[in-house]
Parts: sequence; structure tokens; C-alpha cells
Amino acid sequence: MSKSNFTRRGVLKTSAIAGAGVALPTIFTASSAAAYTNEPTGSTVTLGFNVPQTGPYADEGNDELLAQQLAVEHLNGKGDGGCLNTFTSKALKGNGILGKKVEFVTGDTQTKSDAARASAKSMIEKDGAIMINGGSSSGVAVAVQGLCQEAGIVFMAGLTHSNDTTGKDRKANGFRHFFNAYMSAAALAPVLAKEFGTDRKTYHLTADYTWGWTQEESIKAATEAMGWETVNAVKTPLAATDFSSYIAPVLNSGADVLVLNHYGGNMINSLTNAVQFGLLDKQVNGKDFQIVVPLYSELMAAGAGENIKGVLGSMNYNWQLDNAGSKAFVKSFGEKYGKPPSNSAQTCYAQVLLYADACERAGTFNPCGVGDALEGFEFDGLGNGPTLYRADDHQCFKDVLVVRGAQNPTNQYDTLEIVEKTPVEQVTYPPDHPMFGGKDASLGECNPGA
Amino acid sequence: MDVILLQILNGLDKGSAYALIALGLTLIFGTLGVVNFAHGALFMIGAFCAVTLQKLLSLSHTVIDETQTDFLGNPLKIEKPYIMDWFGPEIGGGIIEWAVPLSILFTIPVMVAVGFAMERGLIKHFYNRPHADQILVTFGLAIVLQEIIKYFFGANPIPTPAPEALSGSIDLGVMIGFEVNEIVYPLWRMVYFAFAAVIIGAVFAFLQFTTFGMVVRAGMADRETVGLLGINIDRRFTIMFGIAAAVAGLAGVMYTPINPPNYHMGMDFLVLSFVVVVVGGMGSLPGAVLAGFLLGILESFASTTWATTTIPGINQVIIYLVAIVVLLTRPRGLMGRKGVMEE
Repeated sequence: MSKSNFTRRGVLKTSAIAGAGVALPTIFTASSAAAYTNEPTGSTVTLGFNVPQTGPYADEGNDELLAQQLAVEHLNGKGDGGCLNTFTSKALKGNGILGKKVEFVTGDTQTKSDAARASAKSMIEKDGAIMINGGSSSGVAVAVQGLCQEAGIVFMAGLTHSNDTTGKDRKANGFRHFFNAYMSAAALAPVLAKEFGTDRKTYHLTADYTWGWTQEESIKAATEAMGWETVNAVKTPLAATDFSSYIAPVLNSGADVLVLNHYGGNMINSLTNAVQFGLLDKQVNGKDFQIVVPLYSELMAAGAGENIKGVLGSMNYNWQLDNAGSKAFVKSFGEKYGKPPSNSAQTCYAQVLLYADACERAGTFNPCGVGDALEGFEFDGLGNGPTLYRADDHQCFKDVLVVRGAQNPTNQYDTLEIVEKTPVEQVTYPPDHPMFGGKDASLGECNPGA
Repeated sequence: MDVILLQILNGLDKGSAYALIALGLTLIFGTLGVVNFAHGALFMIGAFCAVTLQKLLSLSHTVIDETQTDFLGNPLKIEKPYIMDWFGPEIGGGIIEWAVPLSILFTIPVMVAVGFAMERGLIKHFYNRPHADQILVTFGLAIVLQEIIKYFFGANPIPTPAPEALSGSIDLGVMIGFEVNEIVYPLWRMVYFAFAAVIIGAVFAFLQFTTFGMVVRAGMADRETVGLLGINIDRRFTIMFGIAAAVAGLAGVMYTPINPPNYHMGMDFLVLSFVVVVVGGMGSLPGAVLAGFLLGILESFASTTWATTTIPGINQVIIYLVAIVVLLTRPRGLMGRKGVMEE
């Protein structure tokens, strides 16, 4: 009796291996004939918008997505044109990018680094996205930026505030329009000194991850430089929901200012808990107790409700800014969606236009050409006032807003009021600043992929 | 000393939530033998009952204020609650402010109905299936429920404040001879603890002192014999499921002023509550309550600066460490008895 090795299981195994081999992504190999990864060959170009669509930051991600869709609409010559009318660079004509109609695909980061990398990878490999934009977390931004660098794709970061994104983790293919923790601290410190004096004692509660650490380090350095003393700095787990155990000892610690280096759900709960413990009604060291939230967002303000009244913080942008770019963007966004844009929406909108404009000026989608066009680019008319995309670290430099929870908001959208517009000179730092990776930090080489 | 007292207070208040959720979980496990992973979702739905009532009470009509403009420069639209038109701004505003305590009345029937629907509609079909199947189906149900809530209410937390009279904090330290600001505690958290104590007491009294409770306890001990006596134990267990759902829901309602509710708050409590049930002893109601408060207090102490600097990360693992130690030394949990819930 003859015995065959040709079993059903064997065939399945072989075909599975063969299938996997065929399906292997070609993106990281140099076998393609294209000059760079995902070089558009047809009449369209695809952008990838990677935002949290599920999970606790889904509302923020949704706001980013609305802004990105609006940007695509304006690039394709639809709607009222928004900031295309106010942008100082006149390269964009409303006929897509380099004559190609702009299309987009979306991915869901879930605010998790691994999910964000997977969705970005899928958009690059399967959908042919030429650029990735978005995100609502520094952990996600650093992870996706690394992926885009390897893949030869431009990464236009969304909301990411950690110093590391354009500090020790900076990449040649990555660009950040949003401000960072150092800038928040540099902008806040003089206002804090003016409002609360130079003899204060602080207690920090800090979310235990990259953004929290850099935020705490920045605020500590800035406040200590003006004479404040740091009494204690406690790391809180990112997954914490009830902060009572961390807040209960604050009043008795001798501190008279609580700094909440928290974002999103962490911030909403820690601030709510701090107000419950009556901190804002107390006097310590003969002074009124104060709470500071270095990074504000509109959604956090909405979630924390009345608790933000009088609490100081900083923002990259606020819809109440009274310049031509901001007015054009607020009008465009507000008329389409019935609400003013958040600061995460504005940064995504600006990043999409900045990318498109750089492609037009460079005359190519090649990431290295786009990078050259963005490096050292000075512009205005996108809502933040005059801005520079610094060549050394791909960080935007512009004025920073210090804001305060409004005492008497007239509606759900003016919960924050602008206290001061800190001039850009005050928040500028050298590219080799120790908080940004020092002398060792390097962008590396631009990677066009393919 | 003040630190110890503060952390005990914190633990009691955290433990109240754990105990209430674990109590419901144990009730369901003890009566129906079902491992209900959707119990956290019931806590969350309870919290959203408070949100819903707050929204219902705040139902508004638009008044246009020509003197002010909105963000687009149009005349400002101001939302004016109907209730203020009907009862005047003072009383109307007061009713809205008391939305959370008022939702207790609203939540009980809603949660009992949700519990009945869950048990009759889905869970009863899994009584004779392995625990793994029950876990999968209830976990799936929890995800469905939280996505439904997210669809209607969004992903962002919704502020649901306590009434003004019960907000703020009390300097307990001054009352017992400490310095000012040494032991300051929020009033609402004390209300929460007192509320939890009343609910726990009521559940125990119901089981201990009513004929219905006696039958349920007999059914928990030996379901078959009670059935042979001609008592419809299944119907009573279904009612217990409704009661357990109401207990979880009430825990959720009263929790809303502590932290603004969001759609995944149930999941944050679910795993911890299971640990509480296991540490307390499967099927033991006093065990669940005792373990809830014990683990709440231990978690609070583990979060102090002293503890986290001595053993970094202890605040995140303490509950699981305690669970390991308890299960190694007392495999049936603190108050679990031999033969209960064992094949």
C-alpha cells in the first residue's frame, strides 16, 4: 500500500505559509520602482487620518476628524475655503494637492500605541496613504512617528504635548504644530507669579507616562526659577479613576498650590476630586489655595463642569482668538458643524493645510522634499498668528495662550477665557535644551521609503 | 495619625462602592450560579440614570438674547429649562440641583426592569452552560451596553454635581481635636458611605427578616430541596437578580458626583469587584461587604507617598497581592464555607 505525504493538513499549512509570503508587506523592502513610498500615480492622493474613534478620547478624535474633513474639503475647492483665504502662503489653489484630488482614509488609534501603529500601518500599506495626521496622546504620537520614519511617510502630529515628540524622540519625517510641555510652563510661570506671588509652595500630581513626566519637569523648572518651592511630586497611575488617596494629603503638606499634570479623564477626575476636598476654599500659609492645570482642552473643561472656574492653564489655540485666520476657521467650522472648533481640531486642520502647502511649494510628495519645504517655514493666517516651523527639531514656534476657567460662562462653549497671549520669544528654547534630549537629540536622516 | 485617619476615610468610601457592587455580584452568583460580568455595566447604567434624570429635568426651550452674540456673531441663544418656567427660577433651579438624590427614586424601577430583562431575556438561557460561556455572554453584554450608552451620551464624562448643600468639605479633624486642615473630607463622600451602609443593611435585613428572604437563603443553600417543597425558587431568584441590579444601579447613581460618569466606568470597577467577591468568599454576602471595605482601605494606604516610595507600584498591585495571599491561606476566601459553590 502506498503512503502519501500529501495530507490535507500539509496542504493547508503549505498554502497558508505561501499566502502569508505573498501577502508580506512590501513597504519596508526596496523592491518597488517608485521613488518614494506610496508615490501617487493616479489623479488622486490619499491622506491618512489616525485619530481615536473609540475609547475615552473618542469625542476628541471625532472633533479632529471633523477638522481634517473640513481641510480636505477646502483643499479640493469646496466650501468657503476657510484658512486658504488667510494663509500667507498662496501656493494652495483649491484644486487638491499638485493637481491631484485629495481623498482620505481614517484609522482608529483607540489612544493605544499598538493599535495606533497597527491602524497607521494599515493605512500606509493597504490604502496607500502618503501622510499620517492625528492623535490625541504623546505615547501614540511617538509610536506612530517612529513607524512613519521607518516606512518613509510624513507624520504630521495632532495633539501631542510631551517634550519628547520633538525632543529626544524627534524624527526627520515627523512634524509638530501643537505646543509642548516646556512652552506651557514658560508661558504659565510669569502669569502664576503675577497672580499668586513668588513665594508659593507646590504639590504636583503627575500622570505616570512620558507626557506627565515632561510636564512635571517643565513646570517644576519654570516655577522654581521664579522662587516657588516644590513640596512634593507624586506619580499617579494612568488607569487611576479616583484620586482621593492622592489629594487627601495635599492640604496638610504645607503646599498652597496644587499642579495637576493630568490630561483627559485623569484631569477631569483629579480636578473634580480636588474641588470636592474643598482645596479652592482653603487658606494655607496665609494664602488662598490655588490649583493649576498646565494643559487644558475644551472637552476636559466640559467634563469638569463648574470645577474649572478660576483655574489657570494653557492652550495651543482657542476659538476666541481674534485674528483673521482664527475668524476664518471658526466661521467655516462653526457654520458646518454648529459648534466652535477645539484646539485639537485646529492643530489637525493646520497640519493638513501645512502639509499640502509644503507639497505644492516643493513640487513633490517625496517626504524629503516636503520636509525641506516645511523646515524653517514662516507663515501666518492659520489661526495662531505668526509661526515658525523650526528646522532643527520640526517644532512650531508661536504665541502660547494662558487661559482660565470662566466664572460666568454664557454658554457651553465659552467655559475658558484667555488671560494672556504669551509672546513666542518667551517660550522659545534652544534645540539642544536638556529637556529635549540635549546634544544627543537628532532628527536623523529623512527617509523617503520605497 | 491624621494620615492614617484620612486614608481610612478614603478606604471606607472606596470600599462602599466595591462592597455594593460585590454584594450584587455575590447575590447573583449565590442564587443563580451565574458569573455576571455585566454587573459593572449595571453600575454604569445606574450612573446614567442620574445623567438622564438631570437631562430630563433640564429640558429647555431656546430664548434669543439680542444683547449678546454667539461664536459666529449671531444673537445668542440661551437655553431656559421648562421647569424654571413652571416653578420659577428658585424652585426650578433647586429641583435640577437635587437631580442626583432624586434619581434614586427613578433608578430603582429602571434598574429592576433592566435586571429582569437581562435575566429573562438572555442570562436564563445560560444557566446550564459552563461558567466560561456565562462569562463570555455577560462580558459581551457589558460591551454592548456600554457602546449603547456611548452612542447616546458620547465618550466624554458628563458632570453631575451634588446639590450645593451636600457639596464641599468638612474639617473633621477640628471636631476631634486635630489642627485645622489636617483631616478635611468631602461631605458627599460621607453621604455615599452612609448611603452604602443603609443599602447593605437593608439587603441583609430583607434576606434575614422576611419570609421571601428566608426562602431565598434556603434556595441558595439547597436549591433542589426548596424546589421539591413546591416553591417556585426560579421566580424568587429572578427577583433577586432585579434587586442586585438595583443595588449596583444605586451605587452608580450616588457615585456620579464623586467622578463625572462615562460609558466605561463599569469596567473600571468590574475586575476589582470580582477580586472582592473572591477574597470575601464566593457566595458569602458578609464576606463581599467585609472584603470590599478591607480592600478599599488597603488600596488607599498603598496610594500614600510613603507606600509608593517604599515599594514603587504597590498602589497598583496591592489588591491582587492580597487576593493571592488570601487564596493561598484560605482558598475559599475570608468567609467562604466548605461545600458552598463547590461541585
